[in-house]
Amino acid sequence: MDAAINHFGMPATNAELFLIGAICVVLLVDVFLSERTRWVTYALSLLSIAGTALMTISNPVTARVSVFDGMFIADPMGDVLKLFSYGTVAVSFLYSAEYLQRRGLFKGEYFILGLVALLGTMVLISAGNLLTVYLGIELLSLSLYALVAFHRDSGIAAESAMKYFVLGAISSGTLLYGFSMLYGVTGTLQLDEIAVAVREVGAGNIGLVFGLTFIIVGIAFKFGAVPFHMWIPDVYHGSPTPVTLFIGAAPKIASFILAIRVLAEGLQDMVASWQSMLIALAVLSMIIGNVVAIAQTNLKRLLAYSTISHVGFILLGVLAGTNDGYRAAMYYTMTYVIMSVGSFGMILAMSREGFEADRLDDYKGLGRKSPWFAAVMLMLMFSTAGVPPFVGFWAKLAVIGAVLNVGLSWLAVVAVLLSVIGAFYYLRVVKLMYFDEPTDSLSVQAGGTVRTLLSLNGLAVLALGIFPSVLIDVCARVLP
Amino acid sequence: MSFDWPILSVLIWLPIAGGILMLALGDRAVAAGRWIALLTTAITFGISTLLYVNFDTTTAQMQFVEEHSWISALSAMYALGVDGISMPLIILTAFVTPLVVIAGWTVIEKKPAQYYASFLILEGLMIGVFASLDALLFYVLWEAMLIPMFIIIGIWGGPRRVYATIKFFLYTFLGSVLMLVSLIYMYLQTCDGGQCSYAIADFQRLPLSLNEQLFIFVSFMLAFAVKVPMWPVHTWLPDAHVEAPTGGSVILAAIMLKMGGYGFLRFALPITPDASSKLDWLVISLSLIAVVYIGFVALVQQDMKKLIAYSSIAHMGFVTLGSFLVYELISVNGDVRGAAMGIDGAMVQMISHGLVSGAMFFCVGVLYDRVHSREISAYGGVVNKMPIFAAFAVLFAMANSGLPATSGFVGEFLVILSSFRADFWYAFLAGLTLILGAAYTLWLVKRVIFGPIANDHVAALVDVNSREFIVLGILALAVLALGLWPAPLLDVMRPTVENLVQQITASKL
Repeated sequence: MDAAINHFGMPATNAELFLIGAICVVLLVDVFLSERTRWVTYALSLLSIAGTALMTISNPVTARVSVFDGMFIADPMGDVLKLFSYGTVAVSFLYSAEYLQRRGLFKGEYFILGLVALLGTMVLISAGNLLTVYLGIELLSLSLYALVAFHRDSGIAAESAMKYFVLGAISSGTLLYGFSMLYGVTGTLQLDEIAVAVREVGAGNIGLVFGLTFIIVGIAFKFGAVPFHMWIPDVYHGSPTPVTLFIGAAPKIASFILAIRVLAEGLQDMVASWQSMLIALAVLSMIIGNVVAIAQTNLKRLLAYSTISHVGFILLGVLAGTNDGYRAAMYYTMTYVIMSVGSFGMILAMSREGFEADRLDDYKGLGRKSPWFAAVMLMLMFSTAGVPPFVGFWAKLAVIGAVLNVGLSWLAVVAVLLSVIGAFYYLRVVKLMYFDEPTDSLSVQAGGTVRTLLSLNGLAVLALGIFPSVLIDVCARVLP
Repeated sequence: MSFDWPILSVLIWLPIAGGILMLALGDRAVAAGRWIALLTTAITFGISTLLYVNFDTTTAQMQFVEEHSWISALSAMYALGVDGISMPLIILTAFVTPLVVIAGWTVIEKKPAQYYASFLILEGLMIGVFASLDALLFYVLWEAMLIPMFIIIGIWGGPRRVYATIKFFLYTFLGSVLMLVSLIYMYLQTCDGGQCSYAIADFQRLPLSLNEQLFIFVSFMLAFAVKVPMWPVHTWLPDAHVEAPTGGSVILAAIMLKMGGYGFLRFALPITPDASSKLDWLVISLSLIAVVYIGFVALVQQDMKKLIAYSSIAHMGFVTLGSFLVYELISVNGDVRGAAMGIDGAMVQMISHGLVSGAMFFCVGVLYDRVHSREISAYGGVVNKMPIFAAFAVLFAMANSGLPATSGFVGEFLVILSSFRADFWYAFLAGLTLILGAAYTLWLVKRVIFGPIANDHVAALVDVNSREFIVLGILALAVLALGLWPAPLLDVMRPTVENLVQQITASKL
């Protein structure tokens, strides 16, 4: 252990400690604010994220450091993922503010819960012990349950929140049960020690496989992989759009890192067991996600099913079980988040009082009304479909390459064929925007922040597609 | 031969930059926009002729090569270069696009800026497809190309445009995704000491077992056969052609279809020679079915554009036939000259079909702009009102049916000659095109152009204006020039084709 690290785990935990402090300050300040000065909470939240980012940047980790007796680890991959999470949470806040203001939902709780969810993500990213993993998951999940129910007058939101909470609690229980099985066999909760113990008792140990199965169920639920995907469409549809945007972003990074920390670092020797389970999950997710999305008429539900199919692709990278695959999955997750934030940002940009802009028909003729934003949406849709030269293509390329590299050619073929089915419903969105006549006077209503952000988001999808090295190299550096 | 400036990059990025400029200008400055589009495409064509002038006809090596690192983690290169196969196709692309711009000059009223921008961006991407030496770059451009075409058909197309464009997109997308799996697979096979490569040349050198080759060949076959298109995966083409605006049909027929043929010559044949030799019967039979059966199908069409679309499929059958005769010629007769002749024929047929089918679609466009109908029965006796137009239409119809002294003759003749050396029955079936092609094309001409004036619409026709005259005149000159004196084209191809024949007949096993 590094001698320079003090009793509190500093500087490895600087960012987390800072964020905890900042959340307390924001909570306190928020109590004394009136409705008119609520923007102070918003500004402070953004400042907290900026400060946290500064902490991470000013203490870069060059090699793996573990503190608190191995409970907490800091590594370069964690740094990158944390920075990325800060970015997505900040972008979510920026996208959301206007929507919330217009609907009288501009409350401190939204930002505070968002920050706590970010903290949960960070704890999960740095987890070196199954308890830390669980702590991170719960911190994140409980904030999300509350966020979904955040619009308390909305019946559909309350219903979604209940559904999310009940199913989420079951899945947390399943995960915990799996952890306890691991503990029973290996006698430790420490991920690196579990890895050693698994090697000793052998990957075929029935207790281990039993526990692994429950863990996979838990991970699949957090990801939203079929058949544990039931909550995704309802939660995506029922939540206020800013919350949907939020759930589509940072928690996906959390799910990815959950899989990496537990499966790749703790149970790498059991790859043969979890690979076959993940293959089933991935294939089912890609099939159900892509096929059911075709029948959707609501854009939020469509994007929910699209998420499920993308989860299938992320799992493809994970199930390869090689560093190559983890890198591909990480890259996929990051690009997916960029595209997903953009798509939901588009819904936010189109919505106004009494009009959610979440039906597909609301996008008819947008190419005529707002050519630039229709073009942004076009780029986002083609990117999500995996058509070059947009960034989504490179993500698909990476995971397919990883799968081929471990000899699962049939899986690669299945994946690309299903992505063709997926292309259909993204094309349908483009078709509505460009080939159909506008039905009413809708157009992009949002103010400057959302407009700028959305434009940058669309351009990022194009620029990262033409110069994919930027993001690929980052992933390659932290996961050599 | 090489310049000290990156000529191929300029050819790719100049039109794309022009397209982006047009999008930025928007529909407010339409008049300026048209001139920008024309100027950009004309300059692009001007620059592309430098490729021909400075082309070294003594070597089969890639020329005007540019190589830059693109994605270092995947060792993908931004690598461009041309040889005798890709150079003529690039010039064809640069030649046809300005004509499309001129043809749409006053016709396109809906969002003209986006219309021209789509074509300009498409031009850059298409040139990039022909110039790529890196398989990943090739694939990216190959797929990216679908987006502007999807938009062109979908926005400016006919009544059933949405159905046609989604069918077009999904069909070609489905065809090419499996190719992507193959490309990645080969990329992983090239890995040597941690250094992998997407270079097409490395793929061509890569030793592959017969089973690997068969899988890879099938994936290539799907991608390129859909694009060519070969029977039975041709069904997207008539729909796309019928619904596309004139310019879209022209680009589709003149250049996009050629990418299938180019893909066979650049990828399928050299990378999987043994699988190609094993499965050449399949391609040859499908090509002959295309020539004969689709020829009959063309005969019964009621819609002018559909008729030309089917005639395109039949003509492209010659391209695939000529390319795959090689194995039979070499293995049975050891006939290297015949094999080279087949590929020469395929190439000439591609260029010629690009000019002729493009011209035919322009002719239909001229009529459609006036009468707004593509039905053959809506016309009759057009010659009485449009004598100049009729002269052009008859010339292109002759070229389409393969009359000597037009470019249509050269390619078909070479392929038929070559198939004679392989098997009499191939030549017999392929030769039927001379009857069928003449039948459906001349019957079309007879019903539309000749005869008494059929109705009031035809009576109200006015002859071609100077804009249309320029487009048709330039195409007519090109068709005649290539038909009378194809030597310049054959000369630039010769070393490449000879090298290709050697390469694709050397077994990898």
